[in-house]
Amino acid sequence: MADQAHNAQPSSVDGQTRRDFLLYATSAVGAVGTGLALWPFVHSMNPAADTLALSTTDVDISAIKPGQSVTVVWRGKPVFIRHREPEEIAEAGKVALADLREPQTDADRAKKPEWLILIGVCTHLGCVPLGQKPADPKGEFGGWFCPCHGSHYDTSGRIRKGPAPANLPVPPYQFTTDTTVRIG
Amino acid sequence: MSDFKSNNKVVNWIEERLPIFSMMQHSAIEYPTPRNLNYWWNFGSLAAVMLIIMILTGLFLAMNYSSHTSLAFDSVERIMRDVNYGWLLRYLHANGASMFFILVYIHIFRGLYYGSYKAPREILWFVGIAIFLAMMATGFMGYVLPWGQMSFWGATVITNLFSAFPVVGDYIVTLLWGGFSVDNPTLNRFFALHFLLPFVIVGLVVVHVWALHTVKSNNPLGIDMKGPQDSIPFHPFYTIKDLYGIGLFLMFYMAFVFWAPNFFGEPDNYIPANPMVTPPHIVPEWYYLPFYAILRAFTFDLPFLPAKLQGVLAMFSAILILFALPWLDSSKVRSAKFRPLYRQFFWLFFVDCMVLGYVGGKPAEGILIKIGQFCTAYYFAHFLLILPLLSRIEKPKPLPASIAQPVVKAAALVAMIMVGLAGFGGEAQASSAGMPEFKKPATAFSWEGVFGKHDKASLKRGWQVFHDVCANCHAMKLVSYRNLADIGFTEDEIKAFAAEKEVPDQPNDEGVVNNRPARPSDKIVPPFANDKAAAAANGGALPPDLSLMNKARPSGPYYVYSLMLGYEDAAPEGHPIPEGKFFNHYFPGNAISMPSPVMDDIVSYADGTKATKEQVAYDIVTFLNWAAEPELDARKSMGVKVMVFLGVLTALMYALKRQIWKDVH
Ligand code: FES
Repeated sequence: MADQAHNAQPSSVDGQTRRDFLLYATSAVGAVGTGLALWPFVHSMNPAADTLALSTTDVDISAIKPGQSVTVVWRGKPVFIRHREPEEIAEAGKVALADLREPQTDADRAKKPEWLILIGVCTHLGCVPLGQKPADPKGEFGGWFCPCHGSHYDTSGRIRKGPAPANLPVPPYQFTTDTTVRIG
Repeated sequence: MSDFKSNNKVVNWIEERLPIFSMMQHSAIEYPTPRNLNYWWNFGSLAAVMLIIMILTGLFLAMNYSSHTSLAFDSVERIMRDVNYGWLLRYLHANGASMFFILVYIHIFRGLYYGSYKAPREILWFVGIAIFLAMMATGFMGYVLPWGQMSFWGATVITNLFSAFPVVGDYIVTLLWGGFSVDNPTLNRFFALHFLLPFVIVGLVVVHVWALHTVKSNNPLGIDMKGPQDSIPFHPFYTIKDLYGIGLFLMFYMAFVFWAPNFFGEPDNYIPANPMVTPPHIVPEWYYLPFYAILRAFTFDLPFLPAKLQGVLAMFSAILILFALPWLDSSKVRSAKFRPLYRQFFWLFFVDCMVLGYVGGKPAEGILIKIGQFCTAYYFAHFLLILPLLSRIEKPKPLPASIAQPVVKAAALVAMIMVGLAGFGGEAQASSAGMPEFKKPATAFSWEGVFGKHDKASLKRGWQVFHDVCANCHAMKLVSYRNLADIGFTEDEIKAFAAEKEVPDQPNDEGVVNNRPARPSDKIVPPFANDKAAAAANGGALPPDLSLMNKARPSGPYYVYSLMLGYEDAAPEGHPIPEGKFFNHYFPGNAISMPSPVMDDIVSYADGTKATKEQVAYDIVTFLNWAAEPELDARKSMGVKVMVFLGVLTALMYALKRQIWKDVH
């Protein structure tokens, strides 16, 4: 538009100030509003109320014999419940903390020493480590072995070798009776 | 576009490789626009905004929707109840569809009034009709997705339209269905197409705007821009004017979303689809009603042209005839302002369309059939007789020499028409014919009004009635025990309620399925194992699920309240009631299988309230309303905030608009 008579410049300095103020105020309020309006969209992708409500799992552990493991589902993930034998507990207890990538004592990881409860998801990139079944490879430290990229976990589920950065996490759990445990 | 220069090196670097900045400069900033556009010219940009809102809300809804017949209805209810802000997304989307059509209809009538379809804007007009057709297809398929009764029967009726065509008709219908009735394959393909079509619309909109920018905007005078004195740059003049219009429109739209979210909807669509039972009065969405009326207007078979085929052809022609409009109306004068006769016929045509819409929403009976037929004839006469004739005999008023005229203030009229159209939409949907006036409680329900919320004490009492009385026969499958926390029960109370019932557990290691006590995360356990068992135990009549009862009947809360209190010990004279049924003034047909569920002191309230019949009915209705609309409290309080915010923003935009425009006026 070459014709300057029709440009958008206001006629007076006073008008200019007023217009600038209005422009900034409107833009600011509009920007805030757009930002706020986006939140419901983003938040709709977070876990829904029914998903959050499914966050506990009760497990009957009476039938698990020493040396056996079971895998249960909690929040869509496998949870390893292992009834450890005394040797495994002893093995896990005698490791020097300085040797560990993520130093944690075995006592910190198991409320009752014979029951080890872990989220069975490799802390490297999320595969499920092997070691639950008697015939599975258990890695160099007698616990679990992740076949995806070769992470070795010990009898306390701690990372000992391989690319994973952290120990297998312990989910929140409590023994509701002597034979049942509630995970979550 | 080589005249674009920037001081920014990066901008120049990009510009040399992809001239996107000069394109924006050219088509969104400098774009010469007639200086005299009135508020009717806001509706194009409003429709574009609406399209974006629809795509956004639709995308996020799709993330939570399941397009399987056994899951679709419940997945929509999960969106309403469990997904964070799911109710907001769904109500934005559902009401957005109606808003989109309101905007586009106004946009189309604007074009008709000001002759925007005439040379050189024919292709612009064609693309617009294509957008309208794509919108109709999209809206129709979207309405099928919630898989309620109206979804199912709407899909059945509309797809059956194609069966009218001789020879190939039945094959087409089978092809559309992917089977021998509307079923899972149909739902799946409708979902896929409903997702695709909006992007086709986006593509068409781009072409629409491209054509517009080639031929430039028409204007209220309908004369061409003759030089720079007639135009102003789009930015900032029309950007701010469009934004101001968007602010006003959003307030209109949000009023429905937050306070009357089911205004345009059909109560029947809160009843899950049932291929065995057609609702007594099925209607399409309000925006199809005029065409639906045309479809139904044909009732006489002609040789080789049965009535059914006539109706279908007429319905399609009613839209397709718009393509011929630029030639049917050959008057050289565009704007109705200078066509005294056309102006009157324009309004007659407008009224004709409204009447067609009204007729389309009512049952096809009595005088309405004749009115529908007359209006259909007039619809086509307008295009085929009146317009060609008018362009020959009409003597237009002299056109002004140029566009140097004050801008017409049409805002008030715009607002009126929008409210009118909305009212028309709602009116067309209301269908509680033949019912006595509903009873109203002595004190209004607490959740009514702009700020009304569910009364917690009444909710707790209502739960007690449901738990002690209703739940013996009725299920409430969409509500979970954990939801009772909303109405003020503690975690332990909720656990206790849940533990009263048992549900099947996961198979154990031997593969045996045992029962376990229900948990708070479980849905309220129904009294019977399945619908057949429920019907058998209740004399063959299935007690309906109560989760959505207050939304699934016209004037739901009043209906339920009246029904509770509408029993008569003995059927009145002349109303014989079959054995095993009871007389109720408010039940359709009066013969209800449920014995009177409320009586004085049927429960003794934990909070000491006297359990009169009216009190019990009031409390149960409150509880059912919460069960149907658990989001109501949150919805209204958010609505108030949104409205205040939009009020401030719109006021600011108005002030800014006046400031920007003050030297032009
Ligand atoms: S995921 Fe386990 S080692 Fe990479």
